[in-house]
Amino acid sequence: MPRDFTPKVITANHLLEGDVVYQTADDRWTRYHAEAELITDEAHAQIRLLDAERQVDTIVGAYLADAQDGPKGPEPTHFREVFRTRGPSNYAHGKQVEL
Amino acid sequence: MYRYSDFDRDFLAERNRQFRAQVERRIDGSLTEDEFKPLRLMNGLYLQLHAYMLRVAIPYGTLNSAQMRQLAYLAETWDKGYGHFTTRQNIQYNWPRLRDVPDMLDALAEVGLHAIQTSGNTIRNVTADHFAGAAADEVADPRPVAELLRQWSTDHPEFQFMPRKFKIAITGAPNDRAVTAAHDIGLRIVRKDGEIGYQVLVGGGLGRTPMIGKVLAEFIPADDLLPYLEATVAVWNVIGRRDNKYKARIKILVHEFGLENLKAEVEKEFALRKPLYAGGKDVALLEEIKTHFAAPAFDAAPTDAFDAFYAADPIFRSWADTNLSEHRAEGYAIVTISLKKQGDTPGDATADQMRVMADLAQRYGHDELRISHEQNVILPHVHKRHLPQIHAELRAAGLATANIGLISDIIACPGMDYCALATARSIPVAQEIATRFEELKLEHEVGPLKIKISGCINACGHHHVGHIGILGLDRAGVENYQITLGGDGTEDAVIGTRTGPGFAYDEIVGAVETIVKTYLGLRESAEETFLQAYARVGIEPFKAALYPETKTRAA
Ligand code: HEM
Ligand code: SF4
Repeated sequence: MPRDFTPKVITANHLLEGDVVYQTADDRWTRYHAEAELITDEAHAQIRLLDAERQVDTIVGAYLADAQDGPKGPEPTHFREVFRTRGPSNYAHGKQVEL
Repeated sequence: MYRYSDFDRDFLAERNRQFRAQVERRIDGSLTEDEFKPLRLMNGLYLQLHAYMLRVAIPYGTLNSAQMRQLAYLAETWDKGYGHFTTRQNIQYNWPRLRDVPDMLDALAEVGLHAIQTSGNTIRNVTADHFAGAAADEVADPRPVAELLRQWSTDHPEFQFMPRKFKIAITGAPNDRAVTAAHDIGLRIVRKDGEIGYQVLVGGGLGRTPMIGKVLAEFIPADDLLPYLEATVAVWNVIGRRDNKYKARIKILVHEFGLENLKAEVEKEFALRKPLYAGGKDVALLEEIKTHFAAPAFDAAPTDAFDAFYAADPIFRSWADTNLSEHRAEGYAIVTISLKKQGDTPGDATADQMRVMADLAQRYGHDELRISHEQNVILPHVHKRHLPQIHAELRAAGLATANIGLISDIIACPGMDYCALATARSIPVAQEIATRFEELKLEHEVGPLKIKISGCINACGHHHVGHIGILGLDRAGVENYQITLGGDGTEDAVIGTRTGPGFAYDEIVGAVETIVKTYLGLRESAEETFLQAYARVGIEPFKAALYPETKTRAA
């Protein structure tokens, strides 16, 4: 039995800064997870991933990450993706202070 | 210290020019990431979770003060003011921007440093004891041999496409500080009937299938070393597995083919190769290399000032007792500067701290610094009369933590705070363990105890050889930490044994505390170390303390 498709966002690292970015529904790359496009259809997810992967001069390593709907927009579900929205835990560096 | 020749300098400059052009072409989109990735990895540039990371090589962990100052300059100019010293004797910068990396590489080249990574399935950089050339227990300085091996293996036509990468470590002392038993080949310099030679270990390694190296040869005379190693690598190169990258390391060959069979093949191959070395060019080259590693001119001076201060000042005494090691020269000591202040990130140093260490090395340490695989910095040659002054300056810089070899001297890999491969965090676990035992004021009572933490199965934090090893995993979307006990990375190397089911992130510090308190409760005296007590009682008392509910159920 095929597993149910869980909602996803497309995320990558920015080519120049190396920091974490998310693809929006209107084809921008945002630093905010909540602005990402929440994808609920598997076929659409594959198409959006192809769209992302073509943008070789903007981002690196696009992939689909699990997410869920929240009051302010999409939220990460796995702890790795939660850390990617914040930065490291040993210093106040990265998104937790830059955004 | 080893000085780079003009050839090396030109080579570095050319490499940096090429990489600058490659970065430009990546930025303007004419190189894809698939094309660029192997190029950047060769130049030490990785992409981690939150940013790029530049990994700078520190050959044999040896630096002079100018190089250390340049590392500080990079940290301040292109990073967030600090650098991370690793168990592989290199320094990592966690926040460079892609555009800045070519400038960073040029700045490194000014002091003869680089970020070139020996990558691919070749013989990797040879690592050596961080006390090399200084330790009282040393038979001979291992670094000239390490450098000889580097020159021999670089571009060796036969060894560019091997089944897998190949790592060699060497120690010149019976107390193994280079974890030689966890390398594909481990070399130990030994003396037999007055003659210098090498004990050769084979098939060690950590990672997914941890194994301790086995003795392939008890004594290889110095003149036979290169042909013997060449024979060993050649045999593996031909019969080692290439069907599965997890089965390709020589440790799997030792395991599947058998040590005795391997020995026999190596002996046959050695007989064929030995005549090719008849000219003795390698022996002459080694003699030449040795001149680059000549010991400094040691001072002969009284140590009264040290003795008086040691007797008078308890803080200094505590530091001297834990952070000094015996030097081979009269009146000298080896100083280990702890980068493990309780609550800080293991292995991190700020730019200011790097400059303090550089100044101390220049003024009092014959201009030499070392980086240990235990993520500390070493002043290998210090006359004892300078120690009170050195201690005072270290203290002012937050670098005088007296904990070498103790519970807060933890090795931790970057884990999921930085590393893209991680399955769990390791740094905050280290921080919390160190802070906890600081609060309990138990550290010195507990005595020698090595905790090592990795954030995934790649084992960069050497957890298998920690007295207490911690491996962070992702269990169904939650961080989970497995504990191993009784591991040992010294000359008596042992892989630790798993206690049982893992612990959640908020349970792991408590679990370590349980283990340590169990040890304190069962040791026969304060002199019986954790490892000795463990060897005597085995894992059961620790299991019983960690998993009381299982016991109740079984009863
Ligand atoms: C954060 C970036 C890092 C990445 C992506 C990384 C990746 C890896 C990988 C994939 C391996 C396994 C290689 C293999 O066995 O085939 C490995 C091994 C190793 N790494 Fe790292 N590592 C990183 C950082 C570090 C750091 C910071 C240290 C030192 C603290 C380190 C020390 C080691 C050591 C000693 C091994 C060899 C373990 C063995 O014997 O198998 N690594 N690393
Ligand atoms: S052990 Fe795993 S998590 Fe830690 S640095 Fe190595 S690859 Fe990354």
